[in-house]
Amino acid sequence: MGRSKNDVWVGLFVMLGAVALVFLALQSANLLSLNWSSTYRLTAHFDNIGGLKPKAAVRSAGVVVGRVTQIGFDDERFQAVITLDMDSRFHFPKDSALKILTSGLLGDQYVGIEAGADDADWSAGDNVTHTQSAVVLENLISQFLFNSAADQGSDGKSATLKK
Amino acid sequence: MKWWHPGDLGFTVRSWLGGIGYGARFLARLLSLAGPTFGRFGLVRDQIHFLGNYSLAIIAVSGLFVGFVLALQGYNILQRYGSAEAVGMMVALSLLRELGPVVTALLFAGRAGTSLTAEIGLMKSGEQFSALEMMAIDPIRRIVAPRFWAGVIVMPLLAAVFSAVGILGGWVVSVVMIGVDPGAFWSQMQGGVEVWADVGNGVLKSVVFGVAVTFVALLQGYVAKPTADGVARATTKTVVMASLAVLGLDFVLTALMFSY
Amino acid sequence: MAHPDFPTPALIELRDVTFGYGERPVLAALSLTVPRGQVTAVMGASGGGKTTVLRLIGGQQRAQSGAVLFDGQDIGAMDPDALYTARRRMGMLFQFGALFTDLSVFDNVAFPLREHTALPESLIRDIVLMKLNAVGLRGARDLMPAQISGGMARRVALARAIAQDPELVMYDEPFAGLDPVSLAMSARMIRQLNTTLGITSLVVSHDVGETFAIADQVIILGDGQVAASGTPAELRASSNPLVRQFLGLATDGPVRFHYPGPTVEEDFSVEAMP
Repeated sequence: MGRSKNDVWVGLFVMLGAVALVFLALQSANLLSLNWSSTYRLTAHFDNIGGLKPKAAVRSAGVVVGRVTQIGFDDERFQAVITLDMDSRFHFPKDSALKILTSGLLGDQYVGIEAGADDADWSAGDNVTHTQSAVVLENLISQFLFNSAADQGSDGKSATLKK
Repeated sequence: MKWWHPGDLGFTVRSWLGGIGYGARFLARLLSLAGPTFGRFGLVRDQIHFLGNYSLAIIAVSGLFVGFVLALQGYNILQRYGSAEAVGMMVALSLLRELGPVVTALLFAGRAGTSLTAEIGLMKSGEQFSALEMMAIDPIRRIVAPRFWAGVIVMPLLAAVFSAVGILGGWVVSVVMIGVDPGAFWSQMQGGVEVWADVGNGVLKSVVFGVAVTFVALLQGYVAKPTADGVARATTKTVVMASLAVLGLDFVLTALMFSY
Repeated sequence: MAHPDFPTPALIELRDVTFGYGERPVLAALSLTVPRGQVTAVMGASGGGKTTVLRLIGGQQRAQSGAVLFDGQDIGAMDPDALYTARRRMGMLFQFGALFTDLSVFDNVAFPLREHTALPESLIRDIVLMKLNAVGLRGARDLMPAQISGGMARRVALARAIAQDPELVMYDEPFAGLDPVSLAMSARMIRQLNTTLGITSLVVSHDVGETFAIADQVIILGDGQVAASGTPAELRASSNPLVRQFLGLATDGPVRFHYPGPTVEEDFSVEAMP
């Protein structure tokens, strides 16, 4: 079989086909995080972000409306600062609250949005003030014990941890 | 070649693309000769014997050892979570989906691929291909195409042998040696392995690998320099390129078949 | 197109053929004819384009300009089917035989018959043994190519080349590397086959002695063109300097000994001897 003058063009065509195939495979496996939609950026301060990681989802009503891009530390207010890239299609009122929630019982943590009632929406570069930190198990237990002790103190009975 | 010289770089890219284009045309030629080749099935049958039967030993032995190791490693991890009885399903799925097609393809590239490359390269350098042309016989149709289609047929069969022997090896280690319950071993496997999704996809993978490995081996033999050194280099290139092709295609196929 | 009842006198004709590998032309506007029924020899210096002529006639290469005519039809303009039909009328003997190493001598000679015809095995056996007999190797029919000498391999290849009784047989360096006995045998065999089978033979060689003994016409190539042509006797009497150098009648001529490069003075910084 002899060399043809068209070999270079056929080669180019084959390379394009191969690239398209790889792209298709990655897209179908959801391994590619190409974001074609435009985004706007927000920041938020949290007392405790728990196990939140970069690229975690930002969901409202269970639907992904953005991503956590950066996690940093504010050493003046001693709070965590996270940066969110929000999908430009969705806008939320200025008094909406951000909470750190867990998907499922043992799943990864994500940022949930509870929509507020303000007329004005978040615009790019805003800092969100209504935030609720992640639930930390130790604080929960000590709070429970504190409440038990407070109940016991007002009742005058001795508190025993029921099995 | 100096890669910072635009002229050299351009020439290299163009000749590289030209090589890919030539290879693509070669593959298209082989695929288009399916009809005539199967019309003369005797040639294909002979090649199936040379490629398949002579590879059976290495495939079966390798499958056995891979099955042993899978069972050992699998049991080691699964019994920490109390799931030791799933070792049968784990061994079967690993083999059917991945290790069977991939390892078989790599072994085939080393054993049968190199022999194909050397054979075609030597025939071409000994002017046997020219002699065929002058006898008004198309050498690609007569010599290369039967070997190609034989390789495509043989690969899924060898992968099936590999997986089957591997599962048996896994049974020997987990049930006979370690003491996993045989009933649980097989029933978990039957519950966890789906015919079309797992076995079928594994067969599809090995067919694709068969095309890739045999094509690379035959192409390298065909374009080898007609010297002893040239043929030796070509066999090395066959193993390297075929192995990389198999692993790359495995990624693409797995992403298409087994992801969410 | 040649009419079968009025064949052209020349079986092969090259008209103004130009061909080169890359930029350097090996053949430049070459024109020659090969008459039917005769032994024609093409000779010339190594790399002078002799084997290229054979490849052009066989259609393995295409001329960049000019026409290569086989029985009046242009080989370069043929589609693959027509080319294969033309090739069945040719037989080619390669320099080292090019036998199929996995087939026996018998199977090698039977190969073209089994591929192209539907003849029964008994008939094929007879034809193969006849061809082997013509080259003197009927007794070697069951040997493998690895078991026979180079000269014998070439003879088997010749039997294979004439298996389908072609009109033209081309020999690529049939005398290279043979001992004196085999040399004489081969030369005689080529001449005899040409006469008994009534074929046209085209021999590419640079062995002057044997070739001149059997050729009816000799063409000497030089610089991609025909430097001289004629009967062996005519060429021996020629005064052309290339011919005289080629025939060993002159010690120097157009073909130089030294490969072009810097002069002796430049390389060795030596003053030219007075």
